[in-house]
Amino acid sequence: MINLVWLVPFLPLLGFLVNGLGRRFLSKSLVGFVGSSTVLAAFVVSLMIFFQVKADGFTAQVVNLFDFISVGSLHIPFAFQVDQLSALFLLIITGVGTLIHIYSTSYMHDESNESFARYFAYLNLFVFSMLILVLGANYVMMFIGWEGVGLCSYLLIGFWFKNTSYNNAAKKAFIMNRIGDLGFLLGILFMIMQFGTVTFPEVFSKAAPLGMNSPVLGAIAMLLFVGAMGKSAQIPLYTWLPDAMAGPTPVSALIHAATMVTAGIYMIARSNVIYTLAPCIQTVVAIIGLATAVFAASIALKQNDIKKVLAYSTVSQLGYMFLALGVGAYGAAVFHVMTHAFFKALLFLGSGSVIHAMGGEQDIRKMGGLKKYMPTTNWTFLIGCIAIAGIPGFSGFFSKDEILAHAFGVNISYYVIGLIGALMTAFYMFRLYYITFCGQFRGTHEQEHHLHESPAAMTVPLIVLAILSVVGGYVGMPEVFGTKNFLAEYLAPIFAPSAPFAVTHHLSHSTEWLLMGLSSVLVIVMILLARQKFVNYQDTGAENTGLAKVLENKWYIDELYDAVIVKPLYELSRFFRDTVEKAGIDRLVNGVGRGVKWGSQQLRLVQTGNVGFYIFAMVISMIVLFVIGFLL
Amino acid sequence: MPVQYYIFLSIALFCIGVMGVLMRRNAIIIFMCIELMLNAVNLLLVAFSKMWADAGKVDAGSAQLFVFFIMVVAAAEVAVGLAIITMVYRNTHSVDINILNRLKN
Repeated sequence: MINLVWLVPFLPLLGFLVNGLGRRFLSKSLVGFVGSSTVLAAFVVSLMIFFQVKADGFTAQVVNLFDFISVGSLHIPFAFQVDQLSALFLLIITGVGTLIHIYSTSYMHDESNESFARYFAYLNLFVFSMLILVLGANYVMMFIGWEGVGLCSYLLIGFWFKNTSYNNAAKKAFIMNRIGDLGFLLGILFMIMQFGTVTFPEVFSKAAPLGMNSPVLGAIAMLLFVGAMGKSAQIPLYTWLPDAMAGPTPVSALIHAATMVTAGIYMIARSNVIYTLAPCIQTVVAIIGLATAVFAASIALKQNDIKKVLAYSTVSQLGYMFLALGVGAYGAAVFHVMTHAFFKALLFLGSGSVIHAMGGEQDIRKMGGLKKYMPTTNWTFLIGCIAIAGIPGFSGFFSKDEILAHAFGVNISYYVIGLIGALMTAFYMFRLYYITFCGQFRGTHEQEHHLHESPAAMTVPLIVLAILSVVGGYVGMPEVFGTKNFLAEYLAPIFAPSAPFAVTHHLSHSTEWLLMGLSSVLVIVMILLARQKFVNYQDTGAENTGLAKVLENKWYIDELYDAVIVKPLYELSRFFRDTVEKAGIDRLVNGVGRGVKWGSQQLRLVQTGNVGFYIFAMVISMIVLFVIGFLL
Repeated sequence: MPVQYYIFLSIALFCIGVMGVLMRRNAIIIFMCIELMLNAVNLLLVAFSKMWADAGKVDAGSAQLFVFFIMVVAAAEVAVGLAIITMVYRNTHSVDINILNRLKN
């Protein structure tokens, strides 16, 4: 079965080729079927692989397809690595991917035949690249997938390419990702320089003897982290993710919430040996993750676009995952990736359902009272909110609490700041829920007439994801509940190589109970506060002032980047265009042309037509050549 | 005989050829002077070939092969060159190269 792992990425690639090449003549239902069924088939294969991997005594297997690069002593095979981590990611990607594909068949149904097929082709290509990313057995394969998902993200954000601002959002995402990718690429090159290999086990076995705090590992860890910052939208490279909401909503759910943005977490979890051996870089990871978590959460408090709230929430949750990686809780980070994939995909798809019903309206101030029009969307969305807020019993509670408990063990200030972020999360999610689904409808009469529950193709994925959001947490229940932590046990072989170097902080059970109780009570208080404030929300149209205004404008970070980076770059390019190009390069090139022309005009006169002179010139030249030959 | 004799002879022949080409105006004389230069080189090749063969460094005659090549090329050149000169004479009734400046412009 493991040998058939190539089928997993190959099937979506097939879907991409069929839909991409047949976009002009395939019908919508056929395109939707090809797109969804290939991913579903990949999911089935992944499931079989997963059960094989889950069995006791399984060791990581590498499936070699062919030699990709072979230069001197450097060999980079095109190989897939099947182990606990990649099998889990396969399940998340293909599972959530299948649901989102099915959802898309209904959500994108108003598109023309050709762009419908184009959409599914891109989406399948994305799934293919993402699978290459997690299956790759070395960093170069990972980089191939890494670039592939970046490309698909660009294509899908700018899917409605007739809109300039959407195109700009796509370009922004691509450029910001490039900055990160450069870091990743430099990290890989540095790795090749130092270790002469990029294959995971070899790199890790060569890294371990270098010992703690070696500058080489520190540099590699930092460069890889820069890559993760770009892809996973961490400060300072996070601003592309909220703008990426310009793409269709299922794309936001799949790429910008569930899968692609977690690539950075996957990469660091994969490189756990390197990071554990570089504790100072780990601290950087933790601090950046924590800062992003709180910062993005604070922005989400005041956003009025339903997708923007979710986008900042995603950035914030990714920050938590990096916090987990930074405190050495790799398993907790992967656990949060999984639960986050469930509830955030659910929330995005729910918001898509709302936007669909509202005829494209995304401003929550113009919604309200949707509860009675869209019952299924309402309760699934509510489950998503509860899960992300961290109410005990739902998936988000277990994963977030595990992260916070580990943070507490390392540094109590991490815990306090993380908890503040978690409380903000509860508040803004329920603000979003109450404003959207409760109170009075505030849209136009026409919109109210149009309100309807979405068709089954959209609600069934919502229900499945809602169930997963509830039960998904039980695979990683902390031991304090008296059960086994299945996920931690399952992932243990992945993090085993770094275990000897890791500093473990063991919390007593009473402390863990206390932390859990504290966060649960505070979260419920925040939810009640949000309920009291927003359950009967009326849009007064009043301008925000003070801090609220700063938050609504996202701390003016976009403006800051514009002023500090974009504007000077424009100025610089204007300088290059007007001064260096016109006065420098153009003049130089024209000067060379003029010089040649003048010179040839002079030389033309040598052609007298006199044979005697020609022979004379020939003899003189030969003599000169001989002389030069003798002298040199 | 020492090889220097041959070298001096062929230098003399070659210089005569060069000077002839430079000084004379008659195309046929120039042509003959070119042949003179070629044969000066041929002489030199044969002389050196003999020298190295006597010293036992190479097989006798291996360098002399070049002489045959040069002769063949020279023969071909003569065929073409004389034909050109004949055509020039038909057109201008002269073989003076100084009036052969029609190529100009």
